[in-house]
This record gives sequence, C-alpha cells and structure tokens, in this order.
Amino acid sequence: MHEMSLAQALVDQVSELAEKDGSQKILSVDVSIGALCGVMRESLEFCFPVVARGTALEGTLLHVTEVPLKAECGDCRRISYPEPFEVSCSHCGSMNLMLLEGKDFKLISLEVE
Amino acid sequence: MCIDCGCGDAATTHDHKHDHDHTRDHGHTHCGPDGKEYRHTHDNDQPEHTHGRKIKVEQDVLSKNNEIAIENRQWLDKHHITALNLMSSPGAGKTTLLEKTLERLPQDCTVAILVGDQETDLDAQRLQGRGSMVKQINTYRSCHLDAAMISRELEAYVDAHINILLIENIGNLVCPASFDLGEHSRVAILSVTEGEDKPVKYPVLFNGADVVLITKTDLIPHLDWDMEKCRSYIRKSGSRARIIELSARSGEGMDAWIDYLQTTKRHD
Repeated sequence: MHEMSLAQALVDQVSELAEKDGSQKILSVDVSIGALCGVMRESLEFCFPVVARGTALEGTLLHVTEVPLKAECGDCRRISYPEPFEVSCSHCGSMNLMLLEGKDFKLISLEVE
Repeated sequence: MCIDCGCGDAATTHDHKHDHDHTRDHGHTHCGPDGKEYRHTHDNDQPEHTHGRKIKVEQDVLSKNNEIAIENRQWLDKHHITALNLMSSPGAGKTTLLEKTLERLPQDCTVAILVGDQETDLDAQRLQGRGSMVKQINTYRSCHLDAAMISRELEAYVDAHINILLIENIGNLVCPASFDLGEHSRVAILSVTEGEDKPVKYPVLFNGADVVLITKTDLIPHLDWDMEKCRSYIRKSGSRARIIELSARSGEGMDAWIDYLQTTKRHD
C-alpha cells in the first residue's frame, strides 16, 4: 500500500509549507487525485491521520477531489473523458489520445490559522 | 466579529447561521475586508467552525521524489548511462530475463543491476558472477523503490563508466508505477501465465510504460493465451509502448529485447 508513503510525503510537504508561512495551526488540506495517478482515495484517507499523528497535522482535515481522465483526440480533436481501462475517444473511437488531466496527485491548497 | 475575515457583528464572536446539511465535511469561502480569501471548514463532529487563511499550492505531492529523480537522471546523462526500470507482478520472470540478458549482451556493453525486494538477497545471488555489478536493495516495509533509494547507489555503488543500469523493481503492478526513479525507459513485464487482461486491470503501470515485454511465450502451447487480445488490452490502457514478445528460457524474441537495450543505450 504505497498510500502510506504518499501520505508521509504529503504530511512532510504541508509541514514544510506551514512552517515557512509561520502558521500556528493547519486546519485543512485540499488534494486532488487523478483517475490514472495510482492513488486510492480510501487508502489515502485511512493513512493520512495515521501519519499525521504527533505532527503539526494532527487533527487536520483532508479534502480529496477526484479528477477524471480528460483527453484530446489526435484525430478528431474533440475532448473525451475516458475510463482508465478504455482510453479511447468517445466520439470517433480513436486510441490516439493526448491525456490532458487525470494523471496527477496534487496538493492544491492548505488552510491555516 | 471574526478577527480573520471581519464577518459577523462587532459584539459577538460568531453569529453565522448555518442551515445547510452537514452530511460531509466541507468548507466555504468568505472574502475578508483585506480582499484576501478566507475559508470556513465544518466537520460533522465539530459543528462549530473555524476560520482559516488559504494558501494555494498546486504542487505535485511527489515533487520531492521527482526532484531526486531528475537529479538521478542528470547524473546518468552526465555519465552517458541509460537506466531502465523493470516492473511486473511477482513471478513474471524479471530475474530470469536479467540472467539471460547478461549472457546475451556484447562484451563491450557494461551493466550494473540494482534489484529490489522486500527481503533477502536471493535475486542478487542469482545474478552474481556474470561480469556485472549487482546490488540488492531491501525495502523491508515498502512496496516499491523510490528515487532516494536509487540516488544512494549512484556514484557510491554504480560505477560512472558503465553503459546500462537495469533496475529490477519490487514485484508489484500497482505501487512502483507512481514513483519516477530517474530512469530513461519504463519497462512493464507481463507473463503469459498471468492472463491477457492485466493491462486494463492495472492501467497506471501499462499506460506509463515505454516498452511492454510479454514473457514466457514458450508456455503458450500449454495455455489458452490469446496474443491479439493481450495486445488490444495494452492499447486500451492508453499505452503506445513498443511490445516485445519473448521467452528468456527458449531465447525466442530475446534479440529484439537486446536490440532495444542497445538502441536506448546512450552513445558518447
């Protein structure tokens, strides 16, 4: 379960940012997980408070936004939102797609006091 | 009045009316008198809310790993070394493939191998004595290699004069796919005993692969394996990877793999 490592990376990243900012308390953290970034929401939500225990993020809320795949077709140029297990254009069926969104696991923002 | 955003009247600390449904945690935004954006968060267990200041980040959570991976790649490029990250489920034949690869590579092509496993150095033992540097990395509790584990070995163990660095990742189709090690080529390995549909069941790994090796093809006569179906599943994962069918045991298809290694090899 690599979400434990990812939760650790997230806690480290947020702690560093909050410390630089001089914040007293980190109230919440917003992250986004793409459909093709290999992160499972439930595992991340389970791991986050475990890793956060005893750190500046103990008690911090984690808000997760799931980002679907978004792709532009290299043939008909239209936009599709394919499933990760069937990456084809929903308009013309082409597999010549350029992925625009859905591959990243990002820290969007934090809310501090 | 709220000291953060100035909302509410001067006499009270908080007097927001909250008639919305608290079925999930959520937040909403207020614009403070200073023009900055302030958010309120709510929680089922803590209906009273807090005020906070929002800091926008928009950064990859794996940015630390990715920075180290970039440094690894820079070091490898500086020394004209090509690195390949071999990923598959346990038992797909990674170590056998490496054994046979070392036997087939020309003498002037020097190789170092880093083998990742949770425990034991059995794989490293199998690969010793074939003229290449081999080092086992034990990850213990971790299910994948990360860029820092590779960084520690560059220069310290991996000789700057080699041509190719082969990294055998932990046998796992999920976790290793998320971590850039600084490699130049990501190799996804799928054996014919695993089923044709693995690429769509584990699309992250196959989508990100530069080359897919379909191994143990000598076993096909004993199985109900459908090669075209497998190739179509690889494409359905969105992969444009080159596909090489091979059997390390019989040697069939090994030339194509050795050619791939030779062509991805950086020339001085």
